[in-house]
Amino acid sequence: MPVPVPKTYKLFVGGKFPRSESGRSFQPNGNPAINVARSSRKDLRDAVVAARAGLAAWSGSSAYLRGQILYRLAEMLESRRDAMQQELVCGGATKAAAKKELDLAIALCTWYAGLCDKVQSLLGSQNAVQGPFFNFSTVEPTGVIGVLAPESPALVGTLALLLPLLAGGNSVIVLVSETAPFAGLALGEVCASSDVPAGAVNLLSGLRQELAGQFAAHRDLDGLLVAGRPDAVLTTAAADNCKRVRYCDLSAAEWRTAARLRSLAFVEPFVELKTLWHPVAQ
Amino acid sequence: MTKTDKTDAAKAGDRELTFGGVWPYAPSPESTDHVTIAPRHELFLGGQWVKPKTGEYFATIDPATEKPLSEVALAGDKDVDAAVKAAAKAFPAWRKLSGEDRARFLFRIARILLERAREFACLETLDNGKPIKETRDVDIPLAAQHFFYHAGWADKLDLLFPGQRPEPLGVIGQVIPWNFPLLMAAWKIAPALAAGNTVVLKPAETSPLTALRLCEVFQQAGLPPGVVNVITGDGRTGAALVRHPGLAKVAFTGSTEVGKEIQRAVAGRGVELTLELGGKAAHLVFEDAALDQAVEGVVRGIFFNQGHVCCAGSRLLVQESVQELFVDKLRRRMDRIRVGNPMDKNTDMGAIHSQAQLARITEMVGVGVQSGCALYQPRCALPTKGYWFLPTMFTDVTMSHRIAREEIFGPVLSVLTFRTPEEAVEKANNTSYGLSAGIWSDKGARILWLAERMKAGVVWNNTFNRFDAASPFGGFKESGFGREGGRQGLRAYVRLAGGWLPG
Repeated sequence: MPVPVPKTYKLFVGGKFPRSESGRSFQPNGNPAINVARSSRKDLRDAVVAARAGLAAWSGSSAYLRGQILYRLAEMLESRRDAMQQELVCGGATKAAAKKELDLAIALCTWYAGLCDKVQSLLGSQNAVQGPFFNFSTVEPTGVIGVLAPESPALVGTLALLLPLLAGGNSVIVLVSETAPFAGLALGEVCASSDVPAGAVNLLSGLRQELAGQFAAHRDLDGLLVAGRPDAVLTTAAADNCKRVRYCDLSAAEWRTAARLRSLAFVEPFVELKTLWHPVAQ
Repeated sequence: MTKTDKTDAAKAGDRELTFGGVWPYAPSPESTDHVTIAPRHELFLGGQWVKPKTGEYFATIDPATEKPLSEVALAGDKDVDAAVKAAAKAFPAWRKLSGEDRARFLFRIARILLERAREFACLETLDNGKPIKETRDVDIPLAAQHFFYHAGWADKLDLLFPGQRPEPLGVIGQVIPWNFPLLMAAWKIAPALAAGNTVVLKPAETSPLTALRLCEVFQQAGLPPGVVNVITGDGRTGAALVRHPGLAKVAFTGSTEVGKEIQRAVAGRGVELTLELGGKAAHLVFEDAALDQAVEGVVRGIFFNQGHVCCAGSRLLVQESVQELFVDKLRRRMDRIRVGNPMDKNTDMGAIHSQAQLARITEMVGVGVQSGCALYQPRCALPTKGYWFLPTMFTDVTMSHRIAREEIFGPVLSVLTFRTPEEAVEKANNTSYGLSAGIWSDKGARILWLAERMKAGVVWNNTFNRFDAASPFGGFKESGFGREGGRQGLRAYVRLAGGWLPG
């Protein structure tokens, strides 16, 4: 029996797997066996630069292609079931719960995969204005969005916040669960093998207390989606550049319910409506 | 034809018909005998005119003459509280009313506004300083359209949000600016009421009269007491309103600076928020554009409403190959803008709205001159009383100049140039604002390519400053969030099943 080769838990930024630039790590839940990269403010700033580049690639892809790539995430999760369930168990889930969580994670991916090329038709419109004008409204991604994922569920919690943002064409930086970061970070491996453009999805691990305020205050983040109750401190900091801010406060039962986690209403706050006018004339 | 005219026309390579000063326009003032203004206005609370608990009043003046028009009440914290309570009291019955009945009230309001259109146009022009031509043809008809348009949604919310069980939010606090006083009130009130909410509206300190007169329309229409409450006052009144714990949502139109303060003020309270803030719109003119039409569009873009427009086309980006020709045409067009008595039907540009705004515009134009930009203003006699500013154009402007970056909110155009479409996009988007943009070109594919890349909520192609109740309006980036008008505008006034919590 050869000596096992354990995984180093690293960040996922710009399609690469760096350690924290700070050289720091932490042991989630005080588990002395595993060191996870502890992101710094500089890691966040690097991730924002990567996400800005990723935004161009992701939002510049056709909606059909984005749908195919999200579907590929479902395929990759399916083929990595065992490994992902192991990550969830490592984060404290039972084997049965981990299996159910994988089922739900895959179901979320396929639902949002199919939504990508519908968003425009569902949220855009042609508008009957007075006068000889052709007038229509289209939706565009808000931009680079920061996500503070819930502590649990570790995988579905991340995906339920990430997928609607991606379906709207945004690039995303997620701070994954602090107590159970393993499955969230492993999503990087899923993204890396799914043609997700570099920088469209970025995953950081670290201490929420240290990083939440940095997410809220970063002036090149266009939006902020936070798991938890509305937080005056975060929203106040986010107002510095008029970030779009939403909070997501779900019960344990809701986190297990696919119907509650799949909604166009999750896409809507993080897309921008653009209305075009053009005269009609000979 | 003066010598200058000849030279300019020859330089531009085309013919024009000018009469110099030979045939000046005869005065054509709109009559005001059908408009009476009470010497004092109280607060409109629970369907009644109520004296403010502060006991204080302040004057609102005609900016074209500096003469006081009336006194209006200054609402304090207690008045704000009474207004929110009146709205909260009216809410249960209003939300329970059928959509069809809510629609009928809104339809009726739209009709009465049109019946009294000229009265409102005159009153708006007197209180605001904008030309009667604009209040008559734009502000008042559009305000009426907003009520008519949203009336039709009141009983069709289930068509708009199928399967999402739309519910009203509750009491909405709305704070509006002075540049389109009645129109902004209509933009805010109509969708709120259609969706079953009740409202506390705070008009701008310097232009409260039409919003107060709108309350008379509500009374005439038989709108239930408390459904709309109007409290006048200054910044303190607005601040007290947005901080009131009884609000379910705040809707604000105004400066980006105040918008951010409001976002902070409601932070963590779970209050819905929409912000329609400032802008520094790029107006792109390509060499293949119909240049004479583009000149009209640029003039409409920056001199409409004295440039007191959040979506004003204040940055002209003209392609280098036609810069000289275009600026020349623009100069000659500016020479023919009629500035003066806003009540005159021939007037193109009226009075600057307030002394404070005049000071801000004067300061920014001073900044432009000091930083070496070339100033152009037509020669034109201005009235001796009142607040006035000439149509102004700066050339030799670069992206780093303050006049190219900061919102001036006056009739001041900064002209910059570009060579390629890529450069035009780069320059147009190089601002923290993102409200509107304009594109002039004869090539359809290029227009769509550019429109796709503009970080702006409204893109006018081969036109500018068009508005319609059916057309959603609102910004990207620091120009705010949420839309007003259209299907999407109603979204901000309903709660749907599921979804995430506001910040």
